[in-house]
Amino acid sequence: MLGTGLIKGMAETARNFAGSFFQEDRLTTVQYPEERIPTKEAARSFPFLVFDGDDAAKGLRCVSCQICEKECPPQCIYIVKDTTKKPDYMGKLQFQPKIFDIDVSVCMSCQICVEVCPFDAIKMNVEYEMSRFGRFEDLLIHKQQLAKPNEYFHKIHPTDAAEVDARLAAEKLKAEAKAKADAEAKVKAAAAAAAAAAAAATATPATGAAPKPKPATPAAPAAPASVDQPAKPAVTTPPAPSTP
Amino acid sequence: MIELADQLFVVLKREILALLPVAIQPLASVFLSIGPIITVFATLFAVTTILERKGLGRLQNRFGPNRVGPFGVLQPLADGIKALIKEDVVPLRTDRVLHFIAPVIIMAAALLAYSVLPFGRNMIALDLDTGVLFFFAVGASTELAIFMAGWSCRNKYAMLGAMRAIAQMISYEIPLILSTVGVLMTAGTLSTVGIVEAQGGFTGLFPNWHVFTPWGFAGFVLFLIAATAEANRSPFDLPEGESELVAGYFTEYSGFKFAMFFFGEYLGLFAAHALAITLFLGGWHAPVAFLDWVPSYLWFFVKLLGLIVLSIWVRGTMPRLRSDQLMVFAWKFMLPMALVNLLAAGLWRFTGAGPLGWLICGSLVAIAYVWLGSHMALGKPMPKRQYRFAE
Amino acid sequence: MHDTRHLDSQAQPSYRVESRGHHGASDLLEVSMGPQHPSTHGVFRMDVVLDGERVVKLKPVFGYLHRNHEKIAENTTYLASMPYTDRLDYLCSLTNNWAYALAVEKLAGLQPPERAEYIRVITAELTRLTNHICLIGFLLQDMGASGTPLMYAFRERENILDLFESLTGARMMCNYMRFGGCRVDLPPGWLEQTSQVLDRFPKFLEEFDRLISGNEILIARTQGVGVLPRDLAIQSSATGPVLRASGVNYDIRKVDKYGIYDRFSFRVPLGEHGDVYDRYMVRVLEMHESLGILKKAIQDIPPGPIVDPKAKIRGFRPKAGEAYGRIEGPKGELGFYLISDGSPNPYRYRVRPPSLINLTALEDMCLGQTIADAVIILGSIDIVLGEVDR
Repeated sequence: MLGTGLIKGMAETARNFAGSFFQEDRLTTVQYPEERIPTKEAARSFPFLVFDGDDAAKGLRCVSCQICEKECPPQCIYIVKDTTKKPDYMGKLQFQPKIFDIDVSVCMSCQICVEVCPFDAIKMNVEYEMSRFGRFEDLLIHKQQLAKPNEYFHKIHPTDAAEVDARLAAEKLKAEAKAKADAEAKVKAAAAAAAAAAAAATATPATGAAPKPKPATPAAPAAPASVDQPAKPAVTTPPAPSTP
Repeated sequence: MIELADQLFVVLKREILALLPVAIQPLASVFLSIGPIITVFATLFAVTTILERKGLGRLQNRFGPNRVGPFGVLQPLADGIKALIKEDVVPLRTDRVLHFIAPVIIMAAALLAYSVLPFGRNMIALDLDTGVLFFFAVGASTELAIFMAGWSCRNKYAMLGAMRAIAQMISYEIPLILSTVGVLMTAGTLSTVGIVEAQGGFTGLFPNWHVFTPWGFAGFVLFLIAATAEANRSPFDLPEGESELVAGYFTEYSGFKFAMFFFGEYLGLFAAHALAITLFLGGWHAPVAFLDWVPSYLWFFVKLLGLIVLSIWVRGTMPRLRSDQLMVFAWKFMLPMALVNLLAAGLWRFTGAGPLGWLICGSLVAIAYVWLGSHMALGKPMPKRQYRFAE
Repeated sequence: MHDTRHLDSQAQPSYRVESRGHHGASDLLEVSMGPQHPSTHGVFRMDVVLDGERVVKLKPVFGYLHRNHEKIAENTTYLASMPYTDRLDYLCSLTNNWAYALAVEKLAGLQPPERAEYIRVITAELTRLTNHICLIGFLLQDMGASGTPLMYAFRERENILDLFESLTGARMMCNYMRFGGCRVDLPPGWLEQTSQVLDRFPKFLEEFDRLISGNEILIARTQGVGVLPRDLAIQSSATGPVLRASGVNYDIRKVDKYGIYDRFSFRVPLGEHGDVYDRYMVRVLEMHESLGILKKAIQDIPPGPIVDPKAKIRGFRPKAGEAYGRIEGPKGELGFYLISDGSPNPYRYRVRPPSLINLTALEDMCLGQTIADAVIILGSIDIVLGEVDR
């Protein structure tokens, strides 16, 4: 009780006082808004929609499967499917959202919508300065404001974006390889069928004209198939090479 | 030249008085003494608020206020404007007269105490023969203002808070005064000017200040602790800090009256520090011989700022004491310590200022401190605790 | 002359004062330390009856933060409840997540892989550090130390919160554990950053000790105040540091050995007197022990997968049954009791909140103390209203 604890305490505060002028870790204030702490890569604030390429309407990855709407815990996503379809990055025709609203005043930034999206269409933004003047209508963010290009996704989450792009490119390659293998298999099957039909025709010349048109028909679908194949890759925009 | 710088304000006052007609010279003299005191200490109050906030901030690893002016120096101005434009809410059932004059009295009493403090050589507003007595008498009137504030609210809890504050302040008056009696005995006079003059001169390297004696050092520490308690500052600010819990005596005040209460309290703190400087730290004397060309009032204010910084430092470090612990501390530790100190001061007179004096008086004070500290200080002994661990 | 009657009641916003009848020589004063109060750690009310300065009766009133957590869980899937568990005890979101994941894993028979278990231990002990830092900061703030220990404590807490942000994406509402493991793997460099933060931590604890643990005023205000006797602690089901400060050796990490805690050797600090000082020191000593666990876990963490391959994100339907999963949270035993009927939503979801159960002993701790001490005793129990009210 002799006051030694008090004196030690005062020495400690004096040390902090002096240190606040010289040492960095003894004055940890960041003078916002003149200085800002850079956000971490993994940070999350509110969702946004990714689109490939330059056109938000054409390149939007979202196919309005409404999985994020169902899984969202506070139910802040509101999606209305459009009746027209548009092709996705692999050329397949998919639905698209006519209305995609997120109520940012309800969203709790839990990132579950990102986890469950099968199309890597919705990702988490890091922007936190989202104050608005209108209390209700300004905090309901619509599809146009939510859609941001893939370059932006690369800027805020480089590792994630690179991984997503690599995965999508690999899937596309796999799909193309599979389609090519399918087409080859079909050609082979058509050739085999033609050969079999020719063999059958030569083996049984008495069956008449009926077998004759048969070799023609397998060949006919094969021809448009081979015509279609090279056309498809030209339609889609390759996402991987366009990244910086 | 050095003389002129030192006596600058005295000479100025004389010259201005010479310009005025003889009839109003006494009145003008009074105003010329009071005016600078009020101005200087009001400015010191403003400076202290910003110094405290920035100092506490730096102590706590953060900036203090730094938006209002460059480095936040205009913050007191902003606070003053805010206090002035706030609505003055007066509850319906209060005693209007008491409610109004309580802040006035606290300020008046605090300001009156400045009249007997010497700020520099020949710079004192009122050279009384019983200056120290006058100071304590007037200082005790601030307690009256606090009780008036608590009473006027007709609110049982505000009154309880006020009574607790008064109990605290009255308990600490006694160690406050007793710790100064040693000084009075040695200097032989109650006049503040006389006490400062008795501390002039140097013995070897050390000035003849009263703080460089064992009883003087103990008295100084006791005086500072008691002054902090009188001014209701941390760690003794339970009457203020607990106003969230129990109505403190000034919960019913808002706006400018609230600001005046704080002004009065801070002025009281400055006055107590100034008296400590006068009694123990040699008033306006320089601490080293070769620096006595610096004007005396500058030394006084440097020492005052030093004590203010000390009180801000203590505020930033210590938690609060509880009311009953405050009282136990005052009555069971500080009062016996002050009495022992008095005995040591008396013995000093016989043993003189040499090694023998230090041995006898110093050991007396030290033994009393150790014994009282380990047994009585905050009510019960506190052995150091050991903690056991389970695997 | 305007009518200022309404201002009279507004002049005292945080309490109501009534004088009760005459009981013996003195009449009792009833004070309601209202929901808005600087020192009650949230929206919490205490109706205190005072005899002079001493507390004669105390009734805690809570429910101001009730958010229907358990009912919401009955209407949403198991996964969707995970972000809501973050917000129960909002200072310790990762341990809340773990307790819930533990309960669901028991229900569904999932087993997290090694790496996930190590990550869980690391994040849980870091959470324990952040929580105890909060407590020591706020307890001293309540005692009137004008914010200095609070600022030092929060300076360290910021470093740990930065770690959480780089791992999970958010500083406090982490939503990180999943059924069968963790959500994402540790980013590169995270373990090094954690080691750096932990290297600075003992220096901070030493500084804090020098600043305040030996401070005579602190000792005078906390020793002998708010004593919780050992038997009463056991009877009122108190758990966590509150229980251990009263001398009962019960730490669920040692009793249940959930996760991989049996691989770590750490000591459990026990108090003797059960007063506020003991509760404070037990937490400080626990922080020291957590540092040991963290160092070992960072050293030993193996590479590997972080989620049980059997776990599903969507369409998760555990078999019908019930499970109770509990952990040693920083505040005490945090348990989740789940009843499943085979559907994607739980049939019954119940949280055992440690803060609430520890709070039931508040009145007994405060009887006979002054009202200024009631605030400190409340602070030493370490309640968070999000958990008390759910």
